Amino acid sequence: MANKKTKLPFKGTKEQEEQLRSFIRALPDKDSAVITVLQKAQEIYGYLPEEVQLIVADELGVSPAEVYGVSTFYSQFSLNPKGENKISVCLGTACYVKGSGDIFNKLVEKLGIQGGECTPDGKFSLEACRCIGACGLAPVLTVNDDVYGRLTVDDVDSILAKY
Amino acid sequence: MYRSHVLVCGGTGCTSSGSGEIISTFERELAKNDLDKEVKVVRTGCFGLCALGPVVIVYPEGSFYSRVKAEDVPEIVEEHLLKGRIVSRLLYEETVEDDEILSLNETDFYKKQHRVALRNCGVIDPENIEEYIAVDGYEALGKCLTEYTPEQVIQIIKDSGLRGRGGAGFPTGVKWSFAAANAADQKYVCCNADEGDPGAFMDRSVLEGDPHAVIEAMAIAGYAIGASQGYIYVRAEYPIAVKRLQIAIGQAREYGLLGKDIFGTGFDFDLDVRLGAGAFVCGEETALMTSIEGKRGEPRPRPPFPAVKGLFGKPTVLNNVETYANIPQIILKGADWFASMGTEKSKGTKVFALGGKIHNTGLVEVPMGTTLREIVEEIGGGIPNGKKFKAAQTGGPSGGCIPAEHFDVPIDYDNLLAIGSMMGSGGLIVMDEDNCMVDIAKFFLEFTVDESCGKCTPCRVGTRRLLEMLDKVTKGKATMEDLDKIESLCYYIKENSLCGLGQTAPNPVLSTLRYFRDEYIAHIVDKRCPAGVCKDLLQYVIDPAKCRGCTLCSRVCPAGAISGEVKTPHRIDPAKCVKCGACMEKCKFGAISKK
Repeated sequence: MANKKTKLPFKGTKEQEEQLRSFIRALPDKDSAVITVLQKAQEIYGYLPEEVQLIVADELGVSPAEVYGVSTFYSQFSLNPKGENKISVCLGTACYVKGSGDIFNKLVEKLGIQGGECTPDGKFSLEACRCIGACGLAPVLTVNDDVYGRLTVDDVDSILAKY
Repeated sequence: MYRSHVLVCGGTGCTSSGSGEIISTFERELAKNDLDKEVKVVRTGCFGLCALGPVVIVYPEGSFYSRVKAEDVPEIVEEHLLKGRIVSRLLYEETVEDDEILSLNETDFYKKQHRVALRNCGVIDPENIEEYIAVDGYEALGKCLTEYTPEQVIQIIKDSGLRGRGGAGFPTGVKWSFAAANAADQKYVCCNADEGDPGAFMDRSVLEGDPHAVIEAMAIAGYAIGASQGYIYVRAEYPIAVKRLQIAIGQAREYGLLGKDIFGTGFDFDLDVRLGAGAFVCGEETALMTSIEGKRGEPRPRPPFPAVKGLFGKPTVLNNVETYANIPQIILKGADWFASMGTEKSKGTKVFALGGKIHNTGLVEVPMGTTLREIVEEIGGGIPNGKKFKAAQTGGPSGGCIPAEHFDVPIDYDNLLAIGSMMGSGGLIVMDEDNCMVDIAKFFLEFTVDESCGKCTPCRVGTRRLLEMLDKVTKGKATMEDLDKIESLCYYIKENSLCGLGQTAPNPVLSTLRYFRDEYIAHIVDKRCPAGVCKDLLQYVIDPAKCRGCTLCSRVCPAGAISGEVKTPHRIDPAKCVKCGACMEKCKFGAISKK
């Protein structure tokens, strides 16, 4: 969906690259490590631009196509930078039947972006996620690590105002 | 020795609503009152009653405090722990009857439950191996290694009748015996903790509340099939579970319960955690193993089955978390004990994640064969807001919707299949009259279209075409002919897809067609959504008899679709209306309705 290549310039630093390369070199087993390494890379850079995937391919000794194949397969990996505040609306079944779809639409309207996108000022990014396992609090959304549960559409404004 | 224990739920639900702050406030307040040597605060796993979180239980009294806030903590400390007076205003109302305080097991929510897989959740501190050992932890592993041969262990599991709790319900002992029979230089034991079914969270709760039970069971499986290495594949979206699992593995290694020469018997077994990166298809066994190998998690054709050629091409046993959580108890209490619970072909208990339109959302564990009525009405406390029950959805995107007419069917693997649903991992979402069944079918299809890995055509293309047709139905653009096409495409996808994802993807459509065909027909023929969900078919109208002409609705309408003079009935122009519902929400006289 939103896993298209980004147009933003890459701003990675030498330190970040060194951190990633030394993580890969320290791995005991490189054969089955593509996912683990991409998870680390995303932790370091926040997302996985082409430049970073090339470093991963180079250091693991696999083709860039293989790395790209993995990075585009799993929903955890993002080829686009995320906003300063990452909003995820749970669209798992329990939340959906309690109206999380309306909450998602309200955020689309308020922020003027679609799921998977970032506001032009870089402040918020929005995505739909599948079940974070807090079904008892449905409907739920998270902003970074904060969880907001038992929501109604009217709560959206006050949540956005906190960031 | 402590005179009182304060158990605070540290599961994901309660943590999300602030139980971390409650724990730190307790610790601070106890220290302030010099009680920190007398009262111990324990962060436990999930108690199950997530609807009432954050939950705090104080022992020895067993007082169950619900929806506790950090501000309430000083009162609990001063009144209850210092002066011995229970703070009744914070107690779970079901535990108070005629001023008498009932034990939890007497409440409707817990009365019918029987906890096997969840027995330690909410009871022990999951980050302390000593507490697990104190409740007979690792005794089953010791018993297997010192008293039983691998064949005997497999026989016990076979005799117990335990079937896989992850979905299809394959007999666990039989699976183990296949892997044991294949000689190889290396074999593997894997645990599927990639709980991808939206709405199910029992595996997460077991890992958060009782991680050692899974570790112990995997070591037992390793002994039974002759494997020395195991992998737990867990969702990265479950940070608390991952952390506790890693702590538990570290402690087990320290105590010599993982690693070389366990219990001095010469048996070696170790575990690694692999983080899933978010792909529903990785719940399928061959896809999961491909993902552990670091590749795109695409399934591969079976045979060869994993018991012959699994992870890294070696014989492998894969079970899910809840299945493993039953194993140590079966070894300790015997196959007969386990087989005495449940129905003829489904033994033991099953954990269900109750969610949706139900009072007591949370986790419940009941013997197989419990009816939907008992779960929804008695344990779950029924439907809120006086609404009517419409359907219960089980089995997630692979399952189906069960209507009220099957309320009294005893729930087990075979009965659920017979009524067009499936056990799946145990998500149980309750829906009321406000949920449109076509919309729900479409919701699940959107999920499977999104999560289809793309390897085989029936699933990749078929589910997309199916979704397009459902979309036409919800927009009122479908014909009765489309309904037949939907049905035949469903069967085509089921029969021709490579793996379980595609083979079960049409189930939500087929089951809603079976029980709620009239709703589909209402969308197609009458261009009407009976539940009032599908926007394209809705119309908002103002009842002139109820409208007082207060003008509020016309002021909130973002589209300028409402007109009328003050103190005279207003009207909505359907051509301009964007169906946002703002007017209906704001009307104080209930004059606006959708139909």
